[in-house]
Amino acid sequence: MAKIDRFKRTPISNQDPVIRSTNFEEVCLGYTEEEAVQEAKRCLQCPNPTCVPGCPVAIDIPGFINHIANREFAEAAHVLADYTALPAVCGRVCPQEDQCEKVCILAKKGEAIAIGKLERFAADWARENGVEVGKTKPGNGHKIAIIGSGPSGVTCAGELAKEGYDVTIFEALHEPGGVLVYGIPEFRLPKEKVVKPEIENVKKLGVKIETNVIVGRTVTIDSLFEEGFEAVYVGSGAGLPIFMNIPGENLNGVFSANEFLTRNNLMKAFREDYETPIKVGKRVAVVGGGNVAMDAARTAKRLGADVYIVYRRTEAELPARLEEVHHAMEEGINFEFLTNPIEITGNEKGWVNGIKCVRMELGEPDASGRRRPVEIKGSEFEFEVETVIMALGTSPNPLIASTTDGLQTNKRQGIIVDEGGHTTREGVFAGGDAVTGSATVILAMGAGKDAAKTIDKYIKEKNS
Amino acid sequence: MDKRAKILSNSISLYYYKGEKQLYKIVRKEILAPNIFSMDILAPRVAASAKPGQFLIIIVDEKGERVPLTICDYDKDEGTVQIVVQAMGSSTKRLADMVEGDSLKDFVGPLGVPSEFVSEDIEEVKKRKYLFVAGGVGTAPVYPQVRWLTERGVEVDVIMGAKNKELVILEDKMKSVASNLYVATDDGSYGFHGLVTNYIEELVEKQGKEYNKCVAIGPMIMMKFTALTTKKLNIPTVVSLNPIMVDGTGMCGACRVTVGDETKFACVHGPEFDGHLVDFDEALKRQTQYKEEEIELSEAYNHGTEEAGK
Repeated sequence: MAKIDRFKRTPISNQDPVIRSTNFEEVCLGYTEEEAVQEAKRCLQCPNPTCVPGCPVAIDIPGFINHIANREFAEAAHVLADYTALPAVCGRVCPQEDQCEKVCILAKKGEAIAIGKLERFAADWARENGVEVGKTKPGNGHKIAIIGSGPSGVTCAGELAKEGYDVTIFEALHEPGGVLVYGIPEFRLPKEKVVKPEIENVKKLGVKIETNVIVGRTVTIDSLFEEGFEAVYVGSGAGLPIFMNIPGENLNGVFSANEFLTRNNLMKAFREDYETPIKVGKRVAVVGGGNVAMDAARTAKRLGADVYIVYRRTEAELPARLEEVHHAMEEGINFEFLTNPIEITGNEKGWVNGIKCVRMELGEPDASGRRRPVEIKGSEFEFEVETVIMALGTSPNPLIASTTDGLQTNKRQGIIVDEGGHTTREGVFAGGDAVTGSATVILAMGAGKDAAKTIDKYIKEKNS
Repeated sequence: MDKRAKILSNSISLYYYKGEKQLYKIVRKEILAPNIFSMDILAPRVAASAKPGQFLIIIVDEKGERVPLTICDYDKDEGTVQIVVQAMGSSTKRLADMVEGDSLKDFVGPLGVPSEFVSEDIEEVKKRKYLFVAGGVGTAPVYPQVRWLTERGVEVDVIMGAKNKELVILEDKMKSVASNLYVATDDGSYGFHGLVTNYIEELVEKQGKEYNKCVAIGPMIMMKFTALTTKKLNIPTVVSLNPIMVDGTGMCGACRVTVGDETKFACVHGPEFDGHLVDFDEALKRQTQYKEEEIELSEAYNHGTEEAGK
C-alpha cells in the first residue's frame, strides 16, 4: 500500500453526477475495505480525544476506528452498537463536519478523519456479513411507551430495551422510521438496504412497534398510562409545514416539501408499480436552503425537472450540509441566491404558471447572528415555473400537547423539557423535533438517548 | 382494569392469535347500491376512540395509496368500524373486490377533530333544532352524528339526496335515528323530485320549518350550494371537507383550504368548518389536482380486470 499522507483524506467514490441525476440509487458508494483501513490508520488515537465530546451520542470514535485499522470490522460494529442504534443511518446523514470531524486534531493542519464514512463502513460491513449486534439485560417487567419511530424514538427505545425494559413504539404512519422513511430520499439513505435493517435490529432487542396509532387520536397519553405503561417518551417529530403566506400559495402545483418528499419516499411515487401520484412540472422552484430543500430539489431533478433553488441569503448562509449543496450543484440544480418570492401566479384553471420574486441584499446581523436579508426596492422579477415546493421548515404538531393535561409547550409550540428530557407532566418525557422544532437526526438521537437515562432513573426511583 | 382497557386487551390479543393476521380484517361486507358497499373492519383501537365527525385512512394493499374515508359506524364491544365506500379510483375498486375474511393492509384513525357539539354543553345543544343534509355516500358520516344527537335527546331532521332511487343508501338505518327523514332524488324516481337545496327551501320557506343549525356532508359541489342556500336562509352551517390528503396528521399540508381569510389544514383543523366561510371554488380546483393520474390508474384497473376475464 502506498505511504499514508497523514493529512490527506482517503477519497471516496460517488455515482457520476450526470448518471445519478436520473436515478434514485445512492449517491455515495462508500469505502472499500482497503480504503477504510487506509483512512482509519490516519487516526492519531488521541489519549484525550476531542471528537468524542463533539458527538451528541458520545460514540467511542477512536475505539471503533482502531478496530477498523486492525481489520477487526465486526468489533468496530460492536463498539458502535454500544452507543447508537442507527450507525448506518448516522454515517450517512449526520453533519459530521460540524460535530466530531470539526474538532478532529488533524483538521488543524489538514483534513479531519472521515469519521462518518468510517462509521458507515463498519455498519454496512456488519450488516452485509451478518454480524449480530446488541446485548440486552434480563427483562425487568416495566412497560415504557414511545411515541414516534423516528431517530429519537428508536434510539430511546433501543437504549431502554438494552436495560431490560418492555418497550412499545407507537407510530402514526404505516411504516416505522419517521423522517428516515418519509423525508430523506432513497439516493441519500436507502430504505430497504439501510433503514429497515437498523429498525429490525432495534426490534431484535425486544422492542415492539405498533404502526397506525396516532397518539392524541387513536390513543392518548392518559389511555397509555391506563394500559399499564409506566412512562411515555414523546418523539413525535416535526409537525405542520410552514408556508410563506404570500398570494397564490394554495394554487395547484404548490406543495410543501413534506408532501412532495412523502409522496416520493414513503409512498414510493418514483416507482412505476406504486399508485401514489406526484406532480412535477418542467420547471420547479424550491424555496428554502436547508437539507430538506436540497432533498426536494434533487428529487424533482431526478423526476425530470429543471430545478431552481430560491434562497433569500447567499451561498455562505445555506443551512444545508456542504456535501449536499455540492452534490446538488454537481447534479445541475440552479441556485437563485438573495432572492425571495413575493407571489405565485396561476392560470384560470388554478394551476401555477410563475413565481414573482424580489432581489435581496444582506443587512445587519439578526438574532441568529446571520446577516438579515433586506429587499432591494424595485428589483421585482418573474419567472415561469409549473411547480413550487416550499421547504421552509415545520412547526411542532400540537396534537399531543393539546390532548394531554399538564404538558406545557413554549410559544413556538415545542414541548417544554428539563435537561434530562422530563416534561412538565410526571412520567412523560420528550425529545427531538417535538421539543426543538426542525433539527437534525443526530440531535434527535442524542435527546432520545439522554431521555432513556432519565426514564431509567425515574422508574428505578419510583420502584425503590 | 376498566372496560376500555379490557376491550382493547381482548381485541388486540386477536392480532396475535395463532400468529395469523387478524387486525384490519373485513368482518362483514354488504352491497348497498351499484358500486357502493359497506364493510365492518376489525380495528379495536379505532373503534374505541372514534367520535362523530372524524374520519380515517386506509391502505388497501402494498402498492396502494393512503385513501381518506369517512366513518359510518363503530362498535366498541366488537372492536369494529364500519366504512361505506363508492368504488371510484383504483384503490377503492380493489377494495370492492375484497371479501369477508380478507384484511386491509393499513387502517388508521380516527383522524380530525370531532364535531363541535361533542364538546359543547349538551343543554345548549338540546336547545337547537338540527338539519342534516347528506349527499350520496356523504350519508354514511351523517349517520353517527345523527345517532349521537338523537341518543342525547336532540331533535334532528335529515335530508338525504341521491341521483336516483337505486343510489339511496342507509335509508332504514337513518330512519331509525332521525326525527324526520326526507329523501330527494335528482330524477324524481323516489321521494322529493329535485336537489337537496330545493328540498331545504321547500321545508323552510314553504313548510315553515325552523332550524338553528345545518350540517352538510357530501360532494364538494353539493356542500357549496347547500352553504349558499343556508346563508340566504340564515342558518349557521357546518360542512365536512374531503380534500386530497397524504398522511392525514398535519404533516403534508396537501389538504389546505381557505376558511375566511386563513389557510387551514382539513386533516388537523377540520374536517368540519363553517360552510359560510369556506372558499369552495378554490377547494373544487384543488380537488382536481391528480385527476389525470386517477383516471389513468382507474382505466388501467378496468383494463386489467377485462384482460383477466378473457
